[in-house]
Amino acid sequence: MHLHVKRADESVTYELESGSETLLALLEKIKTAQDASLSFASDCRSSVCGSCAVRVNGVEVLACAHKPQDGDTVEPLRNLPLIRDLVVDMDRALTCNTVAQAFSSTNSENIKVSQTDEKLNELQSDCILCGACYSACPVYAVNENFIGPFALTRSWRYVSDVREQDVADKINAIQKDGVWDCTLCNECVPVCPQGIAPKQDIVMLRSKSGVLGHMDPNMFGGGGLDFGAVR
Amino acid sequence: MLDVLIIGSGGAGLVAALHAKASGANVAVVSKSYPTRAQTCMAQGGINAALSHADIDSVEIHIEDTLKSSQGLASKEAIEVLCREGVEAVEWLDRIGVPFSRTQEGEIAQRRLGGATHARACYAQDYTGLKILHALYDQCNKEGIAFYNERYLLNLITEENCVGGVTVLNIKTGEVELFKSKSVVLATGGYSRLYTKYSTNATGSTGDGLAAALRAGVKLSDMEFVQFHPTALKNSSILISESARGAGGHLLNKDGERFTDELAPRDKLSQAILEEIEHGGGEVFLDIRHLGEAFIDEELPQERKLVKLYEDIDPVKELIPIKPVAHYTMGGIAVDNNSQTDMKGLFGVGECANHNVHGANRLGGNSLLELIVFGKQAGENASRYAQGSSLTCKTDEQLARDKKFIQELRERSSEIDFYAKRAALGELFYKNVGIKRNEKDLQAALDELYALQEQLPQMSATDKSKIYNTNLIEFLEFSNMLTLAEAVLISALHRRESRGAHFRSDAPDRDDILFQKHTITYKEGESLCTYM
Repeated sequence: MHLHVKRADESVTYELESGSETLLALLEKIKTAQDASLSFASDCRSSVCGSCAVRVNGVEVLACAHKPQDGDTVEPLRNLPLIRDLVVDMDRALTCNTVAQAFSSTNSENIKVSQTDEKLNELQSDCILCGACYSACPVYAVNENFIGPFALTRSWRYVSDVREQDVADKINAIQKDGVWDCTLCNECVPVCPQGIAPKQDIVMLRSKSGVLGHMDPNMFGGGGLDFGAVR
Repeated sequence: MLDVLIIGSGGAGLVAALHAKASGANVAVVSKSYPTRAQTCMAQGGINAALSHADIDSVEIHIEDTLKSSQGLASKEAIEVLCREGVEAVEWLDRIGVPFSRTQEGEIAQRRLGGATHARACYAQDYTGLKILHALYDQCNKEGIAFYNERYLLNLITEENCVGGVTVLNIKTGEVELFKSKSVVLATGGYSRLYTKYSTNATGSTGDGLAAALRAGVKLSDMEFVQFHPTALKNSSILISESARGAGGHLLNKDGERFTDELAPRDKLSQAILEEIEHGGGEVFLDIRHLGEAFIDEELPQERKLVKLYEDIDPVKELIPIKPVAHYTMGGIAVDNNSQTDMKGLFGVGECANHNVHGANRLGGNSLLELIVFGKQAGENASRYAQGSSLTCKTDEQLARDKKFIQELRERSSEIDFYAKRAALGELFYKNVGIKRNEKDLQAALDELYALQEQLPQMSATDKSKIYNTNLIEFLEFSNMLTLAEAVLISALHRRESRGAHFRSDAPDRDDILFQKHTITYKEGESLCTYM
């Protein structure tokens, strides 16, 4: 089979024996037997470390969880600084987690977590920070200050935690360049290898923001509803 | 200058960083990749603590189970610390937001793993390590811990048996960099990737920290003890968690018959499976069909996904073909009861260190616990040491030497393909230094290893570029693997008895008179020495 790999500005085609291997296994075959200069990131090969996210035919996948077809084109993630071949720099995107205050602040020891409570953010805490959602996000593509999908999902993961006592600060942290900047376009949802829906978490954060007295800044002024007033 | 420099950003490194910071130290973490990409995220089964949520357990029984599994090679004192602090460790994780699975009563859920007499492993589905690692990472962000990502450890900087920092290769820029620090905590993970494709581990588990410690004259201990996990997928060595057996999964031979106790300790089980593969019918399967689809999707979601992906089998309906492969390395950098190595200012924690709690065979659920308990100890002690230290090492010489070394590797032509040799090393180790060993096979492996070491100057990275050269990094890892392979082999040859994970078919009995002691390996000049 043929695999086209985008390297810098050119596409390099590799010929491989086709089997039932994952894309990551094929990339390793290329590196160890054909072209040692091909660069990609990988580690666990079981879809939990988040290292090997790439795009295949324009769609974000984990290389270790994807079975390639003849003629597939493999490219690096978008919207993140390209270092080399299929490797992007995650440092800046990861700082979004800190901006969003996506961490446990003050947990009370005396709050019982029921099975139902734990299920509230079970899926969100499956996130592996692979960056697929940042690559797919059209808002992050044009606004590098946008807090972005995985950090907002992580914010909801802590905001929805019944043990968390410090929710208001977390909600404050995601008002600017945060929940209201998302267009709810849904692009981040199908690309998540863990089946997380960041858009849904953003909707939940908006609703929580409303409860805490925040408003959608787009509702009034230029971008709001227009009742046909004569200008 | 930093007070505490942590090398490695898995669970052990992050816990050490948090506690060093909490005790007032100026801390930074250096990572070979990114903080949430560590081996810790692959831990599935759980973290042990005698909470007695599922049945009547106690710290004393946890101590007893761990001691028994260690086969006389662990330190009772260290195990007591591990188990006594286990309860507080899990409560701490609960406080920082780890989303543990819950019982109907709202308590942290617990399940039984192999070798344990009680349901003691606290878990979060089969994502326990992942969820703990991410909660720790989030806390590090909260505390503003500085991360230096994509830096590969080259050498420790030392002077008169004191550590003063490290040199690293910045993978992104290709430059050799210097990190000065009053104390250093090595938390770099184990060396199971010596077995290459016959290992459940992430590709990064190449023992870089152990090799750097050895080069700096620090002692390693019990390097021959490598735990084989009984149930990895046959074709891909992907781990199927012990929780599948804890929940009632069966091991079947080719005739579909059970042949062993599925919850025996890992050493015994791996030996029984190997026996069945070699002398039974060549095949062994894990059967979890009777657990039912609903249970599998709730408790073992990751397993079902991975079995489908790698073996094209749905474990709800079909048998899972398995084999035992290298999973955890009990050996490591020798540390005392304060996580201190025999070099001043240098601490070790996690799989790269040997705290003498696992002995000859680790219990499932004790390694995540070890990270939390000894991570705290290492972080606090490194901080205390740094605050009392005024010593500064001369750094120029090591930095210049490592810059020259990397430059030479970039210029050196590669006459022998190291990838082929790396694959050969894995085959050799699985065959000769695996679940069953003997003098003849070990000696043959050592001879082959010496041949590989002799060929090393004719090998290098063929990619000569500076930016993000993973070919060069993999060559450096391979070079470390050859160093550690020798330590494993001479230790395994030295121990002419069978104990836990070290089974010698030519000495099948445990011999406490001669061998109830640790195997120490260290470097003197260019030669590797060992004693017990």
